[in-house]
Parts: sequence; structure tokens; C-alpha cells
Amino acid sequence: MTDALLAVRSLSVVSSRREGGPILRAVSLTVAPGEVHGVVGESGAGKSTVGRAVLGMLPRTMQVTAGAISLSGTELLTLDAARRRRLLGAHVALIPQDPLSALNPSRRIEAQLTDGMRMWQGASAREARRRALAMLEEVQMHDPERVMRCYPHELSGGMRQRVLIAAAFMLRPKLVIADEPTTALDVTVQRQVLRLIRDLQTRHRTGAILITHDLGVVAQICDDVSLLYAGRVLEQRRTAELLGEPQHPYARALLRATPRYDRPDQGLQPIPDAVMAACRSEIAHVDQQLDQQFDRASHG
Amino acid sequence: MPAMLRDWRLAAGGGVLLGLIVLAVFAPWIAPHDPLDQDLMAATLPPAGFAGADPAHWLGTDDLGRDVLSRLIYGARVALMVAVPAAAAAALVGTLLGLVAGYFGGWVDVIVSRLVEIWMAFPAVLLAILIVAILGSGVVSVIIAIAIIDWTRFARVIRADTMAQSEADYVTAARTLGFGRWTILLSEILPNVLPGLLALIALEMGIAIVVEAILSFVGLSVSSDAATWGGMIASGRQIIYQAWWVFAAPLAAVFISVLALNQLGDGLRRALDPIMRQ
Repeated sequence: MTDALLAVRSLSVVSSRREGGPILRAVSLTVAPGEVHGVVGESGAGKSTVGRAVLGMLPRTMQVTAGAISLSGTELLTLDAARRRRLLGAHVALIPQDPLSALNPSRRIEAQLTDGMRMWQGASAREARRRALAMLEEVQMHDPERVMRCYPHELSGGMRQRVLIAAAFMLRPKLVIADEPTTALDVTVQRQVLRLIRDLQTRHRTGAILITHDLGVVAQICDDVSLLYAGRVLEQRRTAELLGEPQHPYARALLRATPRYDRPDQGLQPIPDAVMAACRSEIAHVDQQLDQQFDRASHG
Repeated sequence: MPAMLRDWRLAAGGGVLLGLIVLAVFAPWIAPHDPLDQDLMAATLPPAGFAGADPAHWLGTDDLGRDVLSRLIYGARVALMVAVPAAAAAALVGTLLGLVAGYFGGWVDVIVSRLVEIWMAFPAVLLAILIVAILGSGVVSVIIAIAIIDWTRFARVIRADTMAQSEADYVTAARTLGFGRWTILLSEILPNVLPGLLALIALEMGIAIVVEAILSFVGLSVSSDAATWGGMIASGRQIIYQAWWVFAAPLAAVFISVLALNQLGDGLRRALDPIMRQ
């Protein structure tokens, strides 16, 4: 894909803390403008690491060992720190998981919404304020004027998450990274929040990476999906295809283990041990191939 | 704010502190006698209500006939003159090191943490005596000594608070926005460790009052004839069998001030926490 907004190519990340395999191994994915790419996997699969690597915010103990990340054609990993900060700060936004801790408890909403605009666009307090009010209306907040004056603890969880979405879209970013944006919310609010993200992102032609463990969320808003397991992409396709006829045994097993409201009689099935064993041996096989490629590359 | 005063700790602690400040500032007008005025004819008069008391001396007189109440009131001056700047200086040093250690981690944290451990291995009061002995006695030396000893209290608490806050998503959000490290530390994290800091400052003022009293007791604070609570305790101890009140009155003053400041600290922590961390 040449029109990709974000392209992650064969990204590998290792942790100096963790024994055993790398956190990510040869992960590739692309995000086109206006599309949502879901990154799904169980906990520990490396979903969040993908987002953090793109944001250049891996923990100190993790290093990128191979691969490339480019945003609108600009290579991020080779860029010097100051320029990368400027590029990411102005064009990539994060919608964090926990609306409780993602807003600074001791600052008013207005200050937190307008920070970015004032810093990156040199906007005046009034301009930034006007934009923040408009943004709060866009996320369907009642009485934006009042919300602006509030401290985070005066808002409900759903409202806080909408404030965070507003904050993410304040700078009209090219790319939004949503890390489990609905996990901390109850189910009814989840739907609203997802629809909101989808709306905003379609309207502004913003690309998005949506990190989640919930296939239900993927089904609702993702165009493409990458299914991660132990830091590897097992299957990567259009959402409808993957959910409709999953190719990989793990994907099939995962779908059967997901609750479905339309077929309550089916119940839930745990992922069979055989599938997990197959996954592990497949990963070992893929690793071996990658190692051989690496050896050939470094010796030849 | 009125809601905060419903907490008796805050009301009582703040009230006593306010009273101390008023006494210290207006001592010359409030004190019934000159604290240095000796009257050997009226020495060791008991407090009002006891046999042989002079109604002019509510809390009696000491062995040189000086009015105990007046000396207590002037003693509040010295106590606050030491406690406020000492607590402020200790807070400044400790908070700065705690913030840096907690947020930057790595070798900065290692150095600060080891320093704190080394510091805490010294017996505090003896270290204070040593520092004052080196710097020479006087209020400034006492303030410096307390700040040098007690910055660790702040560094430890603020470091832990900062580490906890650094994990919060709002810090990540500020980082993705591209804020610099010092901006994040000072404008995002500092306001959130402030409740703990304010509580600690109140506690530290109580501790500073005790340390000043101890240094006065061993004659290392301000000049020995000036009215200080510690000095009064020291001279009262020598005549405790003839005139127990000379010993008891300043002891009570220290006790009440420290208790009140501790309650104030506790009250502040409780009052600010739900607002900040709900």
C-alpha cells in the first residue's frame, strides 16, 4: 500500500527484563487515512507495545531491534529525538485506556484540552478555548462551558472518556492510537464511545490503531485486524473476512471463545490445548525461519 | 473551604497555629511583663490558684522572678522563627530531590536513595548538635541544622508519590503531546503531590519546634537568657522540686504546639485527598 498513513514494517522489540522470546517479532501493519486497524490479542501478546513503539514511548527496558515505522513517509526510528517529538506531538494522539488516571486530577479540563494547541500551534488562549468548546460539542458533551471549568473528579467515567477523545482530536491528528479505550467503561457507554471515535475519525480522515482484547469491539469499528499472539501476527485481514471465515486455528478458537449475544445457546468454549500447542510450534517454526533469514542476511 | 473546617483536626490544628502566630507577632503587646525582667523578691511564685500566688503572674515566676507566661509568649517567637523557615528549607531541598529521583529514576534515583539511607543512619539530634556546634549557636544555625537533617523525610515521601503519579496515564498523555520532562514534572506531577507535601510541612514544623527545644535545652540555640521553650525547660529542670511549673509550662507549650501541628498535617492530608485523588 503506497497511500499508507502509518507503515510498521517487520518490527521487533526485545525486553532486557524478560527471559525468553522477544516482545514483538517481525510485526508489520499499515493504516490508511480514515481507516481503523484493530490490534487484537490476549494479555501479554504485545498489543500495547505496538502502540508504544509507534509513539516512541517504549519503557526503558525495551529496545527496537529491527524494523521500521514510517508516518506519512517520514521514517520515525531514525529521526532525532527533538524532531520526532515535534512530529508525533503534533500529528499522533493517544486515547488512553483508563479515563480515571488519564486526566490530571489537579488541573481543570480547559487547561488540559488547550495545552497541545498552545504548544504546537502557538494558539492564543482564546483560540484554543474556542476550539476546545467546539471539540467538546463534537463529542456530544452537554454544557461544554461547564465541563471546561470542571476538575476530572467532577465528571463521570463516560464523560471523562469523551473528554479524552476530544483532547485526542484537538490538534486534528493524522493518526490516533486508542489503547483499550473502552475497557474501563460499562457496556452501554462502550458502544457510544466506539461510535464516537469512529465518527470523528471518519469525518476527519484520521487513521487509527485500536488496541483491544475484545473481538466485539473489533467487529464494531475496525476495517482491518491484526491478530497477535506472543508478539507475532498470526492473521491479518479485513475485519469481515477474519470474523467471517478465520483461517488460523487460533483465530477460529478465539472466535468460539467470545460471547455472542445473537447466539446465547452456543455458550463459550475454552481454547483447546491442541490449538495452543499448534500455535507454539508454529511460532517456533516461524522463529527458525526468521533466524535463518537473519543469518543469511548477515553472512551473505 | 468552609467544608474543610468541619474536620476538627483542621479546625483545632489551624486554630492553635494561628494563635501561635498571633502570640509571636504581637508578643510585646500581649505579654503582661518583660520576659527578661528579674525580680528576686518575687522568685518562684506559683501559678494563679495555688497558695501564695501573685495575681499579676498567672503562670507564676521562675527562680529569677521572671514572669513564666511572658517568657512562654516570647518563646513562641523563637519557636516559629525556627520552625517556619526550617520546615520550608527542608521541604524545598527534599521535594526537589524527591521529585527528580521519583521521576527520572535510574542513577539519579540510586544516588538520592543512597543519600537518604546514609542520612537516616545518623542519630538526628546528635547530628543537629554537631552541626550547630560547627556553625556556632544562633537561630540561623538551628534552621540550617534542621533543614540538613530533615530533608530526607520529604525526599522519601515525595519520591514515592512522584513514582506513583508517573505511572498514571495523564503523564503518558503529556509525554505523547511532547511536553518536556521538567514541564511534566513541575506542572503536571507537582500539583498532585502537593497535598502530601503540605501535610508534611505541618508535621515538620512540629518536629522543628521539638528540635529547637532540644537545642535550647543543651544551650546551643539562641543566647541563653533569651526566652525559649527549650531554655525554660532546661532551667526549670534544675528547680523542679521547688517550682515544677517553670518546667511544666514550656513543656506543655511544646506538647500542645506539636500535637496541634500534627493534627493540622493529618487534617490537611484528609481534606485535600478526596478532591485530588477521587
